[in-house]
Amino acid sequence: MHAVVAIKQVPDTSNVRINPETGTLIREGVPAIINPYDVHAVEMAVRLKERFGGRVTVLTMGPPKAAEALIECVEQGADRAILMTDRRFGAADTLATSYVIAHAVQAIQADDPVDLLLFGKQAIDGDTGQVGPGVAVRLNLPLITYAVQIEAFDPVARTAIVHRRIERGIEVLETALPALLTVEKEIAAIGRAPLPNLVRAARYQPEIWDAAAPVPFDAAKIGIKGSPTVVVKAYTPPPREPGERVGVAELGLAAVINRALDRIGAAGVLAEHPEPLPENRGAE
Amino acid sequence: MRTGPEAEARRVWVLIEQEEGMVHPVSWELLGTARRLATELDSASVVVEAILLGHAVGPIAQEAFRYGASRVHLIDDPVLAVYRNLPYAAAISRLVRTYRPEIFLIGATALGRDLASAIATRVETGLTADCTELRIDPKLQILAATRPTFGGNLMATIHCRTDRPQMASVRPRVLPVPEPLPQATGAVVRAPLGISEEEVPVRRLRLIPAPRRLNLEHADVVVAGGRGLGGPDGLTLLEELADALGGVVGVSRPLVDAGWIAADHQVGQTGKTVRPKLYVAAGISGAVQHRVGVSNADFILAINTDPQAPIFQIADLGIVGDLHEVIPELIKQLREGAGHGA
Repeated sequence: MHAVVAIKQVPDTSNVRINPETGTLIREGVPAIINPYDVHAVEMAVRLKERFGGRVTVLTMGPPKAAEALIECVEQGADRAILMTDRRFGAADTLATSYVIAHAVQAIQADDPVDLLLFGKQAIDGDTGQVGPGVAVRLNLPLITYAVQIEAFDPVARTAIVHRRIERGIEVLETALPALLTVEKEIAAIGRAPLPNLVRAARYQPEIWDAAAPVPFDAAKIGIKGSPTVVVKAYTPPPREPGERVGVAELGLAAVINRALDRIGAAGVLAEHPEPLPENRGAE
Repeated sequence: MRTGPEAEARRVWVLIEQEEGMVHPVSWELLGTARRLATELDSASVVVEAILLGHAVGPIAQEAFRYGASRVHLIDDPVLAVYRNLPYAAAISRLVRTYRPEIFLIGATALGRDLASAIATRVETGLTADCTELRIDPKLQILAATRPTFGGNLMATIHCRTDRPQMASVRPRVLPVPEPLPQATGAVVRAPLGISEEEVPVRRLRLIPAPRRLNLEHADVVVAGGRGLGGPDGLTLLEELADALGGVVGVSRPLVDAGWIAADHQVGQTGKTVRPKLYVAAGISGAVQHRVGVSNADFILAINTDPQAPIFQIADLGIVGDLHEVIPELIKQLREGAGHGA
């Protein structure tokens, strides 16, 4: 069984600060982490390896610093790690990124056929969720997004049963293998890395690929040239203003509850309740 | 590609998302917006068209006309009865290559995001995800799609300059639903699917309807509690309020860490990001990791004894008080109908 996991090193967006004078993001000092969904994708791949034998390859496109993220994946149990790093890959949108990853996977599977390709459902910096599906299209693989569970996996019969979360519930799908899954965190809980993995990771150096070698990439399809979209404006959204404040001690419980019902009603969530609002409806 | 007269009109396309004949309302929101974009485009020959796929979904076309489509491209086939990426993406991509729409809008739902990415890659064009605002740039006459990024910390406006169509997936419930035009009608253009069941590598075995309590990401009302609940008994109170509001229970991380409740109820950076119409934060102080998970809520009601709690910085209504006093009274009033109890 050979699973390939594509990961991304991202800034920890919960620690992003805004420069109040320029209104721009302050990226310095923001810790870089593995995209949280991707950690679970790696874990899922490692679980399958433990059960069926085989290998886990992780790959990423990013700056040289992204090697750290790959080494963390080796700690988790990945066997091989590839960093695609080159200025020519830079400023790629999702279309160009999916080309680079798909092209790399093609090169990997030429030597070592792939049974399963895993992605996090989206990266927390871009939040697009478009790269995984794009890679599935380029490699002509069955695509299952928002996967929450692999119920059955049969590398011999080359089928899997996968649960996928949609608005209405859980869709249970049977797919042919190889397939591409983008995963939610529930796909696999993170275990503790065993000592031999840590020892191996301490010495491990990811393979470095650039735009020319060992695999030549089409210069027209990578980086800015390969990206149809451009960001023309970026701005910080107006911060959520603190709203109204009412105190039980000052106004009394009844007045506070009345106010709450009034505001909740105005928010439009009580539609199914025929007469939810107090008399002072429309006071605003 | 040859361009016949068909390709001359400037088309704004909208996907009508349906499952089992039920149309997702984002489809109508997008048709309303497509009509507005058509007027913002400096051209007399802009048409708004709807794309409808499924099995036995023909009657939906009439609804699409009422919401502003002048034409519906319909592919009706048993293979399309249940959404699957491959047949939907392949068939729609073929329509795109034939008719070359200028703009193509799809709802940013689980189905829409899955499908839009595949279409954009197949036709090799630009797709902007999860947009919250769409305009036509008056000078360039191209779509300016604005979306939140960096966990909602930054808004980005994105152009797709030369490739067509300019694609965007758009968040539900952000754009207004247009008033339907009762008399409107239009043309239905049928196309064959051209894909057999054997060519589809994925099969749906079953659908497990979501227990309401676990569908946090898509809930309209989320009632969440934190350390201020005091103990596991506080969860019962939370569940009662959630029932009274027709909502779902969420919690902040400390409750999961303490083992009171399973991790799939956790809201925040390491849990789930929610986008309800109403978010109730009861006894949650509101650390930044929690706030980023709820900042997209339409309305936040916070209840906390500590007037300094950071949750009040983002609450639309903050109640300084003891949740054990406030919530039971709130439940009582909701159940009775507030008009009688006040």
